[in-house]
Amino acid sequence: MGRRTSLVRRPTPRSRFEGVIRALLFGAAIVSIATTLAIVFSLLRETISFFGDVPVGDFLFGTKWTPQFAGDQQSFGVIPLVYGTLYLTAIGLIVAIPVGILSGIYLSEFARPRVRKVIKPILEVLAGVPTIVFGYFALTFFTPEVLRNALGIDVNQFNALSAGIILGILVIPTIATLVEDAMSAVPQSLREGSAGLGANKVQTAIRIVFPAALSGVVAALVLGASRAIGETVIILIAGGQQPRLSLDPTESYQSMAAFIAATSRGDIPTGSIEYETIFVVGMTLFVLTLILNLFSIRLVRKYRQVYE
Amino acid sequence: MRNNRLLLALAVSGALAFGVAACGDDENPSGSGSSNTTAATDSGGGDLSGTIAIDGSSTVGPFAEAAAELFNEDNPNVQVTVGISGTGGGFEKFCAGETDISDASRPIKDDEEVPVCDKAGVKYTEVQVANDGIAIATNKELALDCITTAQLKKIWNKGSKVKSLSEVDPSLPDTELSLYGPGTDSGTFDFFTGEINGEEGVSREDYEASEDDNQLVTGVSGDQGGFGYFGFSYYEGAADKLNLVGVDSGDGTCVKPSTESIQDGSYTPLARPLFMYPSAEAMGRPEVKAFMEFVVAQAPAIAEAAKIVPLTAEQTTTAKDELAQAESGA
Repeated sequence: MGRRTSLVRRPTPRSRFEGVIRALLFGAAIVSIATTLAIVFSLLRETISFFGDVPVGDFLFGTKWTPQFAGDQQSFGVIPLVYGTLYLTAIGLIVAIPVGILSGIYLSEFARPRVRKVIKPILEVLAGVPTIVFGYFALTFFTPEVLRNALGIDVNQFNALSAGIILGILVIPTIATLVEDAMSAVPQSLREGSAGLGANKVQTAIRIVFPAALSGVVAALVLGASRAIGETVIILIAGGQQPRLSLDPTESYQSMAAFIAATSRGDIPTGSIEYETIFVVGMTLFVLTLILNLFSIRLVRKYRQVYE
Repeated sequence: MRNNRLLLALAVSGALAFGVAACGDDENPSGSGSSNTTAATDSGGGDLSGTIAIDGSSTVGPFAEAAAELFNEDNPNVQVTVGISGTGGGFEKFCAGETDISDASRPIKDDEEVPVCDKAGVKYTEVQVANDGIAIATNKELALDCITTAQLKKIWNKGSKVKSLSEVDPSLPDTELSLYGPGTDSGTFDFFTGEINGEEGVSREDYEASEDDNQLVTGVSGDQGGFGYFGFSYYEGAADKLNLVGVDSGDGTCVKPSTESIQDGSYTPLARPLFMYPSAEAMGRPEVKAFMEFVVAQAPAIAEAAKIVPLTAEQTTTAKDELAQAESGA
């Protein structure tokens, strides 16, 4: 045999070790994919069984959601739930987008290192507060003290305004930190070039750095929106439980996630149609978030700018 | 610098925690001062084992669960399962011999259920274990003193569009109502809709529904037009925040719910007795016998733990007699 080299590489201890590591990394990547598939699968059975009893059209286009009632009062139109989810998310984003983006810009471009060292941990603490705390904060403080007493708005005890705004506050840290990261990643040379052309700091931040970081900003917004759409506890506690199609933010609304939580808390018999609605609504929520994420990937690609 | 940062984070989280604790203070219903009432029964001993299958009314369910929990403190080897198929569903299984004890929020029906049990040879005893009452409550600002069952029906019936009390009685305020009630899975919902709207499960749909009675209390006490119904014990826990409404069943007398008026039945129609039906066959087993004796002996403590209205002393004596008869017959 001698020293003739073979075309097939013989496994050495080192390559074997690398193989193990690669398998490990692959396994880690597979976990999330497998979980996603398992979730879809677990939702599928009840969803199919549900659509055996309720026509798909009635579900997708019906405007009355009263699955828990009996007889002719029962109705499975999911639109009020989807609407409630989007409506609450919209209120949240109206708060979170401007505040989040502005604080991101501030932290990345304007804050002195000392100030940033104080503000960032506070933002992180905010992001770490359990949502149930936010929920009771909205219900027992924000609704009565801020909305009613301080601002004099005649809101219901459970209302979309309070839940939506607090939902927005929950999302602010997500958006702010991601925007800050995206803008910090813009090469310093762009700022220097801009300054060299005579632009001041604000012009540089808004006309040069922010557009350059746009793909990251878009990703931040979509992630924030996904977070808001799936949020359950705040809406369950402070937003109420009435599926409603309306524009009045002082009334109570029910979101899809809150419906799932509220319904599974009651005493519904396994296998009944009410039980299946939990899975169908879960599936709807899953599909909605999936569409949002696919949409965001396209957006991010579209606005991506690469600097070498 | 590091220290400052840590301190700040601590201060912020501390402030948040404190705020929430302060807000949550008044959430707990009162009456938690009597948890030391679980004396062991003479029939206990702790060496009993086996399983006890209970099913039936969802109103009695929490009572049976509380009873099972307290019973297990002295008898950890007895496994008690509590189902909530509803009173009718419970009797169906009971008369088929599938369960040992049936929970019921009404007496067994002579014309429908008794024959089924008889045919299957299932003998049983009726034991009243607690009382149930529904409170009608409004926000304090909506100081309604009395309402008739006809007015209640007008507000709560299927298809009702009533938006204010002035629509059912012009002399009442026209504040826009915020309606609160239990979810459709609850025994309270079935009871209320059955008595007021004439058919169980029939109700207007556009009210704020929650399986969590504390949330109903929060809503009614928080909205100017708050108007709702829930189990009486939840009213008791938050009496200072709510306005209790008396009910006139049509004879012109207005009765407010209280432990007494629910126990003696004068608060009508929203009060009723709750029963457990042990089968004679099951009563022959020591663990079932011990469990029923425990339930009757500890009924008030269990009722308190389950947040329903307890038996009167007289009712307890009757229950003991009924049980003693069942035992001698077994």
